[in-house]
Amino acid sequence: MLRDTWLVFARVMLPVVRNPVAVIFGLSQPLLYLGLFGPLLGDTGWQWFVPGLLVQMALFGTAYAGFSLLPEVRAGVMERLRVTPVSRVALLVGRVGKDVVLLVVQGLLIMLAAMLFGFRASPGQILLGLGLVALLGVAIGSVSYAIALKVKLEYVFASVLSSTIVPLMLLSGVLLPMSNGPKWLYWLSRVNPLAHVVDAERSIFNTGSLLFGLVSVAALVLVGVFYGVRTFNRESA
Amino acid sequence: MIKARGLARRFTTKLGPVEAVRGVDIDVAEGELVGFLGPNGAGKSTTLRMLTTLLEPTAGEAIIAGHDLLTDPAGVRRNIGYVGQKNSASADQRVADELEFQARFYGITKHDARRKIAELLERFELTGLEKRGVITLSGGQQRRLDIAMGLLHGPRLLFLDEPSTALDPQSRRNLWDHVKQLKADGVTVFLTTHYLDEADFLSDRLLVIDHGLIVGEGSPDELKSRVSGDLVVLGTPQASLVATKFENAVVDGEKVSFRIPDGDRALPALLRDLDQIGVELHSVQVHRPTLDDVFLTMTGRSLREESNVA
Repeated sequence: MLRDTWLVFARVMLPVVRNPVAVIFGLSQPLLYLGLFGPLLGDTGWQWFVPGLLVQMALFGTAYAGFSLLPEVRAGVMERLRVTPVSRVALLVGRVGKDVVLLVVQGLLIMLAAMLFGFRASPGQILLGLGLVALLGVAIGSVSYAIALKVKLEYVFASVLSSTIVPLMLLSGVLLPMSNGPKWLYWLSRVNPLAHVVDAERSIFNTGSLLFGLVSVAALVLVGVFYGVRTFNRESA
Repeated sequence: MIKARGLARRFTTKLGPVEAVRGVDIDVAEGELVGFLGPNGAGKSTTLRMLTTLLEPTAGEAIIAGHDLLTDPAGVRRNIGYVGQKNSASADQRVADELEFQARFYGITKHDARRKIAELLERFELTGLEKRGVITLSGGQQRRLDIAMGLLHGPRLLFLDEPSTALDPQSRRNLWDHVKQLKADGVTVFLTTHYLDEADFLSDRLLVIDHGLIVGEGSPDELKSRVSGDLVVLGTPQASLVATKFENAVVDGEKVSFRIPDGDRALPALLRDLDQIGVELHSVQVHRPTLDDVFLTMTGRSLREESNVA
């Protein structure tokens, strides 16, 4: 099982290693937020904004991961792999592993870039911050692949994504504090687990409690991985 | 190698349940090359997907390559090769990489994998393409790569789903030679096709499936001999006169066609008789029965029409 996961991971990692330019392209969006939006928050805004940006990267980076599966489903690649003795769970976990590794690398680069603007973090904070974001990536990536496997069509998948990700992001407070808004909007954000993850990520680089964020991310990982594994184990998927 | 009993699959759709396969018995002996023939939608692929662990049967049981399909699907997977209908190498990958990972998925060591890969690349005329991206291969090359991937672990039983679909005639012929070679090497091959010429050329034995049931079985020659007689087509202005002399003759303008046993030998005498009654002939054709005639006799439908529509 561990060996299978490693093999699946190595297989999907290979094209990235051979052509790492894609990783740089993946950085363009967070870099734009960093350079063109971050300064709007003023000199003291970086400690507040960068953790949120990391969560946003986890959301966008791994939610779209399912797109990479669709051409492989449409061609016979997934079918071929499903007839080999490789564990079907490994087919999911190995792929999610790739996306999380990319996310961590990109997150690290963004934090280093942010330091040029005035963001401050200790190695311990960086490690913890990336860990939390990685867990979120595992949860969202698993769900993304499972949904991709179910809907099978790009245009359906794209509309599923845009109709879920944008509200999740807006209600998580990554761009502006939710407490600035009216009460109903604030309470709506409180039922969004992502908002708690954003709060926890901010606590890591400032002060505050990690409790709700850790509980939220643990629940998301459990639900996401369970759903992903179940979908990948289903015969007809 | 394959022993299936009462294998069936029902799909639940919005329009109600669909019985895709209604209980088929399949026996394939070691070393046989068996063709599974039927029109699109007959249940070929569904059956194949059940036999290869991709789809769970709703009824029935099977022993595949010595392992029970229902209780030991992992054992079945280790011992069969499967080449699906579509290309199975990822467009993102290089040829040698896909082969190496495929080998390692079967637990083959890196060292053994390299040796085996070199051997298969040569055999399937892919040497020199190792570092090429899969996306740059021609259709025929991709298909041969698919088969090479299906053979890396040296399975004794290989499933091929519509192996020559979308190939040009030359690549098709080349693929057939490779399949024949597998049989010569002692590999048991089970292939689905809706091409009659392919079934005819490759198979030792054919299973004909229609509407989810096996409707006929035998060697291509046996099946053809079930159709009574050869088809004779005569071109003559007196087509309707000629038609009165033969049973079940069909007139089509200045053409008349009918079936007679042993057409080649019967023809000279037949032509003399027609000449004596003053029939003027423009053309004469004799057709041996084809598998399409067989299919027509067995199912009342022409396979050719079906496959043209698809």
